[in-house]
Amino acid sequence: MQIIEKFRDKNQIERIITKIQELVSRKWLIMEICGGQTHAIMQTGLQGLLPDEIELIHGPGCPVCVTSLELIDKAIAIASKENVIFTSYGDMLRVPGSETDLFSIRASGRDVRVVYSSIDAVKIAENNPEKEVVFFGIGFETTAPANGISVIKAKKNGIKNYSMLTSIVRVPPAMQAILESQENRVQGFLAAGHVCAVMGYHEYEPIVEKYQTPISVTGFEPLDIAWGIYSTVRMLEVGEIKVFNAYTRVVSRDGNIAAQQIIDQVYESCDRNWRGIGIIPESGWKLKPEYLDFDAEIRFKVGGIRTKESEICISGLILQGLKKPNQCPAFGNVCTPQNPLGATMVSSEGACAAYYRYTQH
Amino acid sequence: MKIPDIRLENFVCPLPIRNDRQIVIGHGSGGRMSKLLIDTLFNKYFNNPILNRRNDFAEILLNEEHKGHKLVISTDAHIIKPIFFPGGDIGRLAISGTVNDICMSGGIPKYITAAFILEEGLLLDDLESIIRSMHETAEEAGVDLVAGDTKVVEKGKADNIFISTTGVGFVNKNLNISGQSAKPGDSVIISGTIGDHGIAVLSAREQLGFKTTIQSDVAPLNDIIQSIITAGADIHVLRDPTRGGLATTLNELALQSQVSIQIDESSIPIKKEVRSACEMLGFDPLYIANEGKVVIILPSNQSAFVLELLRKHLLGRDAAVIGSVSPPEKSPSVIMRTMIGGFRIVDMLSGEILPRIC
Amino acid sequence: MCLAIPGKIIDLFVTENTKMGKVDFNGVEVEVCFEATPEAQIGDYVIVHAGFAISVLDESEAQETLDLFEQINNSQDNNSN
Repeated sequence: MQIIEKFRDKNQIERIITKIQELVSRKWLIMEICGGQTHAIMQTGLQGLLPDEIELIHGPGCPVCVTSLELIDKAIAIASKENVIFTSYGDMLRVPGSETDLFSIRASGRDVRVVYSSIDAVKIAENNPEKEVVFFGIGFETTAPANGISVIKAKKNGIKNYSMLTSIVRVPPAMQAILESQENRVQGFLAAGHVCAVMGYHEYEPIVEKYQTPISVTGFEPLDIAWGIYSTVRMLEVGEIKVFNAYTRVVSRDGNIAAQQIIDQVYESCDRNWRGIGIIPESGWKLKPEYLDFDAEIRFKVGGIRTKESEICISGLILQGLKKPNQCPAFGNVCTPQNPLGATMVSSEGACAAYYRYTQH
Repeated sequence: MKIPDIRLENFVCPLPIRNDRQIVIGHGSGGRMSKLLIDTLFNKYFNNPILNRRNDFAEILLNEEHKGHKLVISTDAHIIKPIFFPGGDIGRLAISGTVNDICMSGGIPKYITAAFILEEGLLLDDLESIIRSMHETAEEAGVDLVAGDTKVVEKGKADNIFISTTGVGFVNKNLNISGQSAKPGDSVIISGTIGDHGIAVLSAREQLGFKTTIQSDVAPLNDIIQSIITAGADIHVLRDPTRGGLATTLNELALQSQVSIQIDESSIPIKKEVRSACEMLGFDPLYIANEGKVVIILPSNQSAFVLELLRKHLLGRDAAVIGSVSPPEKSPSVIMRTMIGGFRIVDMLSGEILPRIC
Repeated sequence: MCLAIPGKIIDLFVTENTKMGKVDFNGVEVEVCFEATPEAQIGDYVIVHAGFAISVLDESEAQETLDLFEQINNSQDNNSN
């Protein structure tokens, strides 16, 4: 699509960065919420092109990184069962649990499969009626309707051998938790463009109001990110504190109502344990009572999980933007993508993995 | 009364199974069934004076034409899923893979051997397609298959078919093309678009549910490489970027030669379908496998001349200079200037590439 | 969390009571769920995440954004003159 190519245009990006340079009068600390944005920034080397006054901190918008250790261990326990076909997005396969990971479970002979969409998982259930098919439904609000649709479909079509292990987390509570923290240094946010495509951005207005921290709803092409940074810096420089939509071609204030209806149909609010951060109240979604028949945690009654996190891993501090990966003593030596201690080193856009891949170490 | 001399060891039912649409254990036993398989399938396509002597060895007389040459040997094991993919199959992959390894010396491959591990249940029609494909690829590459072996394993012990190949060739003793020979100031060329093979194979594996017209680039490279060698080009390094992609190969070369390599993202040739598939699945095309491309590192004053030669060849139409070699900064590395003018390190592939949602 | 790219809708249909369709990404065809974008038409561009269309791309907004960039680039240039 030609118009999208324009959002990768090198000259245009250079010009916006020049404008940022002209605009900026002091140091600003901006957090990009979404792991996909972290990845885009590091993969394109955008960070190195920005003026030194702009410090980008990488936020907790990596569902792979924040899925609780207990749930990973439950996933592993379920995947280890003989009669189970365990399906998942590719990102989750290498995330370390307390003892092992899904990749190793697959290597040991269990049926663990990567799927591109949750509907593929339902198809697998239809094609394998004698097996139990479980889908690891992790994600932020962007992925919630995509995961939820599988449960709606399974219920509608009576696919009894399908269930979902759910771990949906939400951005606004995480943002608030970061802003509430005594050590918070974040002055502006790039909100996750695709989360907002689904949810709109009205939820961020009270946060901006309360904490007086401007937010730009930002996309993922290099020009989108440069534009999101420009808008945030501009708001900070002129003191115009609000939510600015820098991704208008995809996001509207109200978001995608049909997608929200799917979410409302399937999910209800719950507390969630964010790996490395702790429990954030009302920060997640779980299946509603009418869909609990398809809840894998209930179906498999996986109990007695005793989690064991690495003692030296500081991914929690990294997810909150309080430390950078290269400030971790284990970074690059004991902890590497081949031997990750925490989720931020495993997920391809976890901050530690991004740093490892794209910078000198 | 004469007592018949009956040997009972390795007893196999002597009656050939009539319904022989598939490979069965008997085909690997070395007896009549094996011979039948070899005679009707393998020898139907593999036919040359050396093989036709039906010995357990191949004899090659070294004579005047071999004088002043070095012997080049390479070996490979080929496993792929699925065994038939858009643009090729495991047979073409097996021959091309080993032919290309020999070619990376700058030499000419002449002979190849093939050992087959067949899974019980493999369809004979499929096996015939693979063998025919090997024959056609060997002809294209100008190599003779001079020795082979077949074994059969039980169902579940081999993914349809494994093929192991060894290639033998000759290279002029004055040529010293090697991964250690990259020099600061050299240019880096890639002979064509990256990521075609990996994406073609992935698209044929149904679980990721996408369709594309991308074909694997699997092909023997001997002709295109000889075209630049015989033209007298001074080549330092030749390497084919297979598994692990261009990124892994450049990292290996940087390490071997103890240099740094800078590449320019906007110069790297890539088909738009491959780029889209990678974007959709969250892959980096630099890490996706190729099976018909070569990285050439050579003095920069040779690059225009070699580029012109490559582009004249069917397999080199999209050849491009993608970067240059410099002394290592702190340590050998590969650095890329991105599409937007930024810089990033290009590391080696670690682990398996998995599609992502983040 | 948000790997999603724009593609062109080339077909729309219903399978087992679910709105589905085919999306083309520069020659790569994928089957996508359209339950969240029922208003999408063949020929529209949609943002697809994990096999699910989450938003229809507004081309006029895209152009407006690009025009806004031009304005910003030019206005400051004028000021500096």
